[in-house]
Amino acid sequence: MINTILITVAVLAAIGLAAAIILYFVSQKFKVVEDPRIGEIESLLPGANCGGCGFPGCRGLAEALTKADDISGMGCPGSSAEVMAQIAKILGKEASAKVPQIAVVRCKGTCQNRQKTLEYDGAKSCAIASANFAGDTGCSFGCLGYGDCVTACRFDAIQIDSATGLPVVDEAKCTSCGACVRACPKQVIEIRNKGPRNMRVWVSCINKDKGAVARKACTAACIGCGKCAKECAFGAITVENNVAYIDFTKCKLCRKCVADCPTKAISEINFPPRKEPAAEVPKPETKPEVKAEAPKEAAQDKTEQIKEQK
Amino acid sequence: MLKTFSIGGIHPAENKLSAGTAIQRLPIPSEVMIPLSQHIGAPAQPIVAVGDTVLTGQLIAQANGFVSANVHSSVSGKVTKIEEYTDGNGYKKTAIVIAVDGDEWDPSVDRSPGIKRDISLTPEEIVNKIGEMGIVGMGGATFPAKVKLSVKPGQCQVLIINGVECEPYLTADHQLMVEKGDEILIGIKVLMKALQVDKAIIGIENNKRDAIDHLSKLAASYPGISVQALKLKYPQGGEKQLIDACTGRQVASGALPISVGAVVQNIGTAYAIYEAVQKNKPLIERVVCVTGKPLQRPSNFIVRIGTPIRTVIEATGGIPADYGKVIGGGPMMGRALTNLEVPVIKGTSGILLMSKAESKRGEVSNCIRCAKCVSACPMGLEPYLISRLSEKLMWDECEVNKIADCIECGSCNYTCPSNRPLLDYIRMGKAKVMGIMRARAAAAKAAAESAQKQ
Repeated sequence: MINTILITVAVLAAIGLAAAIILYFVSQKFKVVEDPRIGEIESLLPGANCGGCGFPGCRGLAEALTKADDISGMGCPGSSAEVMAQIAKILGKEASAKVPQIAVVRCKGTCQNRQKTLEYDGAKSCAIASANFAGDTGCSFGCLGYGDCVTACRFDAIQIDSATGLPVVDEAKCTSCGACVRACPKQVIEIRNKGPRNMRVWVSCINKDKGAVARKACTAACIGCGKCAKECAFGAITVENNVAYIDFTKCKLCRKCVADCPTKAISEINFPPRKEPAAEVPKPETKPEVKAEAPKEAAQDKTEQIKEQK
Repeated sequence: MLKTFSIGGIHPAENKLSAGTAIQRLPIPSEVMIPLSQHIGAPAQPIVAVGDTVLTGQLIAQANGFVSANVHSSVSGKVTKIEEYTDGNGYKKTAIVIAVDGDEWDPSVDRSPGIKRDISLTPEEIVNKIGEMGIVGMGGATFPAKVKLSVKPGQCQVLIINGVECEPYLTADHQLMVEKGDEILIGIKVLMKALQVDKAIIGIENNKRDAIDHLSKLAASYPGISVQALKLKYPQGGEKQLIDACTGRQVASGALPISVGAVVQNIGTAYAIYEAVQKNKPLIERVVCVTGKPLQRPSNFIVRIGTPIRTVIEATGGIPADYGKVIGGGPMMGRALTNLEVPVIKGTSGILLMSKAESKRGEVSNCIRCAKCVSACPMGLEPYLISRLSEKLMWDECEVNKIADCIECGSCNYTCPSNRPLLDYIRMGKAKVMGIMRARAAAAKAAAESAQKQ
């Protein structure tokens, strides 16, 4: 009896020892030398694998960063400048200064502004809806509102506002990774510079129809009148295919275009209340202030709503 | 013995409301809008300018590339606009608008009432003529007929003519078979000559007994042509399903029907080919079945291409007040139209009106893994799985599970007890996967070419 146990233990020990010796030599022979910096960098990255950097996941970026000679063009859009500086320090290189960017929704086609003309009953997905038809309103360019961008966002930074039916970007959470831009079949979302003190101006419409058609479909549509382009002192606004576009690298945030737009298609965000009335059109003193504050309030309302939803 | 295809299939209610109503000729409207893209492939290139006077049957836009089709004027009059219009999906497409003035035909068209039986053209001339006359697949897919007929001699062993019309409601082909039997059979003869085959099978579902009897009787005097009655089952009109039903041959995944020696053409196409080759008449009108429960008189019309759909519906006794949606095509594969101003095009086999109650989809609930969709799928796919994979954007897995084989017949959607939008997701995934496959093939081709140069 005791012999059996002893023999068993001895045999098992011998097998274990033999296997250990084999494994030791094999592991020596086939050792994969990995740059320890890859793991270090990867631990600093957010780990969302959003693909916004252009590499397959966070590890992909970490590997590419350690291999690259020049890291100026590379970086995680989801990480802060400090994190990138830390990574650069690990690599012994200089991090390039990154202009903070954010996703903006270029559509103001709320349920009030843009009346529904059809009823869509299919799968609630923008990709499917846009493959089937142009949209359930008169506008064939704007937001469909089924939330493919919300599904695509790995940072929970975009939500559909139930009151307007449009997506709202959470400024604190958006990392400008661009997942929503790729998910949107209508190209409604654009990555733009975040702007000084988060102040931004952009055209909230991409409708390429002629003015009258666009205006009929949506009261907040850009009608391509070109008033803003004429008004802009910095040449930042171009009107092409009946729709205006503001070049964020040229825009100096004077907000003249916002005041002048006849359909209020140009959005501004995070600006302090307007102090002076617009020079050309004298208005009562209080009115512009109210007007300027309105979008800000609206934006705050939206973020509050989102918080409530959570 | 009745035949049918081997896997899957469903039995939706037939609802052939307009069966037996004689084809009426719809009056020419005051203005027609003729889209440049009425076929699969590149849009045609317009060759007329605003202000030009055109005759009925005159070429107004030329095929642009191999997979494209000529477009002819369906009326005589003046070109008033060449501009964008909103198509049935709500997107912008280009069309030629012609203000109608009388009905003066191009002199090359043979308008004599008699049937012309002798086929004088050579196979090559026939194929070219079919291309020239802008003939496309009339079943709804609108694939240019010339491309399908451009096969090597001897490659094709059997011509199959699709008289199945398995879509519920639609009766256009049925009525055409009953009324234009001789013309269709001569059209088939023309096709047989073009393909250099001596055997043709007309597949007809058994719910069209009069058409089967009529064509069988006539076919007795046309050697090589036989009529095959088929068991009722949707989607028997699918190309691969019909080949299976008529010949027992199965087309492999990703392969074309010609790989099993078969070419399939629709009944409507055979008729159009008769008119094109024998009568020199381009494709400028077609039979449209206007049907649906809300309509007063569901009918079959012969309509000039470019007639607004609103006009066609009005001809059935007025547009009903409370319809839910209008579908271009049949209820299974047709698409809801976003507006009624869109014109009838070469592929408009039917216009179907549905009541509000009929057009509402049921509430979606979870998949209960009943596998009804699997047994219904005529391509032997697993719709519950591939729709989910597509929903999760897993394109590689979609491809492995043969999403590209889907024929978009909608049997899975029809049979799902949870009302899941299976086909919606599969269609999206299929488009995506086919795009990936094409890009890969193009990249491989480019790589092979560059390797060859070196």
